[in-house]
Amino acid sequence: MPKRTDIQSVLVIGSGPIVIGQAAEFDYSGTQACRVLKAEGLRVILVNSNPATIMTDPEIADATYVEPITPEFVEKIIAKERPDALLPTLGGQTALNTAISLFESGVLERHGVELIGADVEAIRKGEDRQLFKEVVEAVNGRIGHGESARSVICHSMDEVLAGVDALGGYPVVVRPSFTMGGAGSGFAHDEEDLRRIAGQGLALSPTTEVLLEESILGWKEYELELMRDKHDNVVVVCSIENFDPMGVHTGDSITVAPAMTLTDREYQVLRDIGIEVIREVGVDTGGCNIQFAVDPEDGRVVVIEMNPRVSRSSALASKATGFPIAKIAAKLAIGYTLDEIPNDITEKTPASFEPSLDYVVVKVPRFAFEKFPGADPTLTTTMKSVGEAMAFGRNFTEAFNKALRSLEQKGSQFDFSRATRGADECEALLRAAAVPTDGRVHTVMRAIRAGATQEQVFAATRIDPWFIDQLFLIHEVATEIADADRLEPELLRHAKRHGFSDAQIAEMRGLREDVVREVRHALDIRPVYKTVDTCAAEFAARTPYFYSSYEEETEVSPREKPAVIILGSGPNRIGQGIEFDYSCVHASFALSEAGYETVMVNCNPETVSTDYDTSDRLYFEPLTLEDVLEIVHAETLAGPVAGVVVQLGGQTPLGLAQALKDNGVPIVGTPPEAIHAAEDRGAFGRVLADAGLPAPKYGTAFSYPEARAIAAGIGYPVMVRPSYVLGGRGMQIVYDEEALAAYLEQHAGLVADHPVLIDRFLDDAIEIDVDALYDGEELYLGGVMEHIEEAGIHSGDSACALPPMTLGGHDIKRLRASTEAIARGVGVRGLINIQFAMAGDILYVLEANPRASRTVPFTSKATAVPLAKAAARISLGATVAELRAEGMLPAVGDGGTLPLDAPISVKEAVMPWSRFRDTHGRGVDTVLGPEMRSTGEVMGIDAVFGTAYAKSQAAAYGALPTKGRAFVSVANRDKRAMIFPARTLREHGFELLATSGTAEVLRRNGVEVTSVRKHNEGEGPNGEPTIVQLIHAGQVDLIVNTPYGTGGRLDGYDIRTAAVSRGVPCLTTVQALSAAVQGIDALARDEVGVRSLQEHAQHLDTARSQS
Amino acid sequence: MTTAPASPAMLVLEDGRTFAGRSYGAVGQTLGEAVFSTGMTGYQETLTDPSYHRQVVVMTAPHIGNTGVNDEDPESRRIWVAGYVVRDPARRHSNWRASRGLGVELADQGVVGISGVDTRALTRHLRERGAMRVGIFSGDALAAPDVLLERVRTAPQMAGADLSAEVATAEPYTVPAVGEKKYTVAAIDLGIKGMTPQRMAERGIEVHVLPATTTLEQIYALAPDGVFFSNGPGDPATADHPVALMRGVLERSTPLFGICFGNQILGRALGFGTFKLKYGHRGINQPVKDRATGKVEVTAHNHGFAVDAPLDRVSDTPFGRAEVSHVCLNDDVVEGLRLLDRPAFSVQYHPEAAAGPHDAAYLFDRFVSLMEDQRA
Repeated sequence: MPKRTDIQSVLVIGSGPIVIGQAAEFDYSGTQACRVLKAEGLRVILVNSNPATIMTDPEIADATYVEPITPEFVEKIIAKERPDALLPTLGGQTALNTAISLFESGVLERHGVELIGADVEAIRKGEDRQLFKEVVEAVNGRIGHGESARSVICHSMDEVLAGVDALGGYPVVVRPSFTMGGAGSGFAHDEEDLRRIAGQGLALSPTTEVLLEESILGWKEYELELMRDKHDNVVVVCSIENFDPMGVHTGDSITVAPAMTLTDREYQVLRDIGIEVIREVGVDTGGCNIQFAVDPEDGRVVVIEMNPRVSRSSALASKATGFPIAKIAAKLAIGYTLDEIPNDITEKTPASFEPSLDYVVVKVPRFAFEKFPGADPTLTTTMKSVGEAMAFGRNFTEAFNKALRSLEQKGSQFDFSRATRGADECEALLRAAAVPTDGRVHTVMRAIRAGATQEQVFAATRIDPWFIDQLFLIHEVATEIADADRLEPELLRHAKRHGFSDAQIAEMRGLREDVVREVRHALDIRPVYKTVDTCAAEFAARTPYFYSSYEEETEVSPREKPAVIILGSGPNRIGQGIEFDYSCVHASFALSEAGYETVMVNCNPETVSTDYDTSDRLYFEPLTLEDVLEIVHAETLAGPVAGVVVQLGGQTPLGLAQALKDNGVPIVGTPPEAIHAAEDRGAFGRVLADAGLPAPKYGTAFSYPEARAIAAGIGYPVMVRPSYVLGGRGMQIVYDEEALAAYLEQHAGLVADHPVLIDRFLDDAIEIDVDALYDGEELYLGGVMEHIEEAGIHSGDSACALPPMTLGGHDIKRLRASTEAIARGVGVRGLINIQFAMAGDILYVLEANPRASRTVPFTSKATAVPLAKAAARISLGATVAELRAEGMLPAVGDGGTLPLDAPISVKEAVMPWSRFRDTHGRGVDTVLGPEMRSTGEVMGIDAVFGTAYAKSQAAAYGALPTKGRAFVSVANRDKRAMIFPARTLREHGFELLATSGTAEVLRRNGVEVTSVRKHNEGEGPNGEPTIVQLIHAGQVDLIVNTPYGTGGRLDGYDIRTAAVSRGVPCLTTVQALSAAVQGIDALARDEVGVRSLQEHAQHLDTARSQS
Repeated sequence: MTTAPASPAMLVLEDGRTFAGRSYGAVGQTLGEAVFSTGMTGYQETLTDPSYHRQVVVMTAPHIGNTGVNDEDPESRRIWVAGYVVRDPARRHSNWRASRGLGVELADQGVVGISGVDTRALTRHLRERGAMRVGIFSGDALAAPDVLLERVRTAPQMAGADLSAEVATAEPYTVPAVGEKKYTVAAIDLGIKGMTPQRMAERGIEVHVLPATTTLEQIYALAPDGVFFSNGPGDPATADHPVALMRGVLERSTPLFGICFGNQILGRALGFGTFKLKYGHRGINQPVKDRATGKVEVTAHNHGFAVDAPLDRVSDTPFGRAEVSHVCLNDDVVEGLRLLDRPAFSVQYHPEAAAGPHDAAYLFDRFVSLMEDQRA
């Protein structure tokens, strides 16, 4: 039965900003779905507030609304666009929750919009714990398998406390209903734990509901990905086994596909349960993910949960099998059946089958605990990882070792070089391994090296004995390598078949990595490339989707066209996320159009770049020098290679540029020497000096006296940081000598080995980001972004506006001239991003990055110009003039000369505060600083700044309030600047609350304000609540709290963490307050409308052609 | 335990391609037909499936033996495969039901295997060139390549092989109905898997499993409500006795159900031909469409031969009209036959599904309905 004819237009809801638990996988899924729907001739209307996504590219949908994903805004879009149907299953929990809300409020019915992909009843059955329990009971009644963990539903703390007794005591699991990524859930081992976790869970759950559950800690954990069509055909796309047993969120677990330790009988039981569950829940056209726990003692199966939508796991399963779940889900939603849809890979067989894998896939999570000092690194049922890497191998050890090196973190590969200390250490390591943490597998390996037995490791970790044996196997191979008299060819081949990198082998043999590689090449021990083909080679594969393995036969076929190899950005991490994937994908599209064969290399399963549809060839491989060199070699054998693109995937490929060049690999675009000129402080200083551009004063100190002298010379405040780190780690703003001494004391260990960099901190400066293209002759200023927060807050965490709100034509001229001078001086061919600070009237250059920046997708969308595509073309020799002539760039003008009535776009960062707790279970501090900690971003776009800002806030954190109570407490230096916006809030009818100091200032300035007690003052004699209590009680609607100096005082910390746990908007800078007031102004006038990017672009085009 | 390579082993295909590896299971020599199976689970069921008699099975899933060997999952009394080809055998197994490791089991049953070969390359080779004869050699059996190749080329072919009698039970035995007995079925064992009588027994059927050489008189001496023809190894073109037997059953209009080899025998009994597929269907992920309902089931397959019947029309046969009831969506191979005028049907795949998905279990219910209708 072909597709439905009654649907002509469909609204797709995206997942919004990247947050922990809801990341790039939804861009991958959503992009696939939108492209499919469009190809089917439907008008696709998309709403997603995340500008860094491919799905929000104007060509992916017919009408792209970069607007907040809230029921209010989506209703406006529905009213304007009148879609026939709404597809809510592709945008994670955000989309599902929004769709349910629109259904419940009657909006969908009022506008005649049909929910497709999953109906409300199915969504509820899948998501509501009690209903799902009934589903599992019904399934058990039919097939005699599957049960729920014993549990009780609670709506209050009293019910929670009683529930524990009903379950037979601690430990218990707490799971709030309707939160994404398992937010707010955890294990309670005693009443104190329980009160804390359940209290937060009740607050987080939109239905004030938590589930208490018997503990199944230590059981085996599995997932199945299923799809079902309207004829009740069901297929299981993939099974996934968690290496970490129950107790660790699957997003934080090492996971393996296919399942490794199930017999067919046991697997078929899971499959039967899965099929009956999807039927009982009633997912009629689409996919779902079901999680199981299996008791390793007797095989008892507990069905943990199901997600009636595409998910992180479905993205993983799609990449692991070659079966594109989201794409097929979209087709099913518009009426196709599985047998009518061809398998993309074989092109000859239908999608109504179950992929068979002849390889092993391992996914490992990447964490960012170092960004949140104080945060407890214990892994629980709340997801905390910020990204993941995946790898293929022909066996587990190969896949696992490749996955670990794909993480690109120091120490992410097993370290066999350090000596072990024997039995004592072994015992301590086993004790440590009993608690799941980031890096537990390394602790286990150290324990094995120290002499632990397989039984001891199992007793400590409950990791399945088969996996434990695989770790022992890795250890045995390592020992053979280390102990061998010579590195014989057979041994080297043996090591490579188990996934050891050249670097690991070199370390164990006391050799250099390149020496190992030379030996290996001399012996002709090289990887071959196998195809991910869905069918274990039963049918011929048409899609070149490759992974490496040390085997006999390669499947890379020859080609005629010159290839461009694009290096992706690896696992998502704070500071290097989806934005870089965006640029890589654009490069692939643009270069393919320009006649090249595009070859993508990446190891991040969440991304669009690792969709086999994106490039002509895909290598799902680690982004290390060794792995990239082998791919270049394989592709060189296949045909001509025009070069490798390194400037679009962020720091990862950039860091490989010089070494690739040294190995004779042609780098296109900005050459490695130019990259060095921008990254090396000395070299860059010379570029600036030659161009006559000022940079803030700085110095390098090896001791406190040196540091003191440098700081005195520069003048306080200064920014200090250890010299060896990137991404702002350990950076701090220091306001006086005392604080400087404290900083050095605190980092004494580091200073011994590495100098401390001391920079002038430009207090009160305006920070500006510029993205530009340079072809060696002409500069194209992509866009100028003015930060809303002052300099000193990492640009990735700062909100910014484009076009800049307060810079005039003269300023832009200076920026353009400086940018051009730097681009020329450095030798850029492609994109460059420069950060400036305007202090007084001086324009300082803070830093330059000769690569695609985090802001490229934002700038591209705000100005309707595809900068990354243009950069890719320039890399391969096109000029700005040619691209203007082609129409890829505007014929005249650039991002610095936007028409006066161009829309204003505001980018806002989204922070992961609510995910992290310290070991006492308290939230982590939420103050912004020089170290980047945001996971994602949103964009608000509108005609005027206030509205755009209000939209960005609504998209990031929930709408700004237009009435209610605002609490204001600011540092002394901010008091003057706070008076005017506070008065405006009062005029809008807000009741103002303030602690004594701030209240006094406001009263003196004639602003009516109510004093409240500080947290450290405690409750008043007559029970007057403190501000923290008021926030917890839900009596505060807006919080303004700027930190006092560095570190923040305890009071501010408690206020901000309370705000996070209650979800109250919390502004931590005066600049943000001013912007918010403008936003509230706009909201109060109720002038906020919606407009698609295509409409904005048309408006801009018209304005440009008239100028 | 050591990771050092065990004894060297060599796999030699009849077209001369060789793969070096290490011995797995027994050391020695084995010859047979090389086929690949794409199932990711169920190696124990595969090994003990009599249909694999005289075949050397290549497992496309790289890790084999992870869950060891238990006493419940075998499909027959012994391992039938002639040889076993895997990439990474488990060094240690892990499963609460396991009582021993697979390597030990293979060695105990004298099954010669090889590990550490590029099974994907081998599979692609078989896919492109078709199933062919193969030998695995290790220990004293190793010799110069041309000597090994000669041994492979003189081994018997699968086409024309009559193997049922070699695997079927010599004596009749009965599998009692679970719960109340409702029906009696005579099951002709041409290489039957243990799960098949069990699936029938679960439905109240008392199953009399009879040797392949059973006569019509012996069948009707049981006064069966239905007759079943099992799966089994070999070339259906040689199965003259079972074909004659089935014709006798069809003439009497006794409800009849056939699986796999049984489907090919029904095909021949109806006058259709059978032919050898290039490389067969062996796996547990094959999409089959039930043409009556339009529903797709994911099914377990193990067949190298298929029935040649027209897909696009009803055929006239000596037993009335017949149609192709099921078809494989991957390649349009006939996967089931149904008589329209008599109570008989068969499928080419394995609804008993051990190993494999249970999607096709409804076919046993269809058999029960035929017997029910016949009574009414």
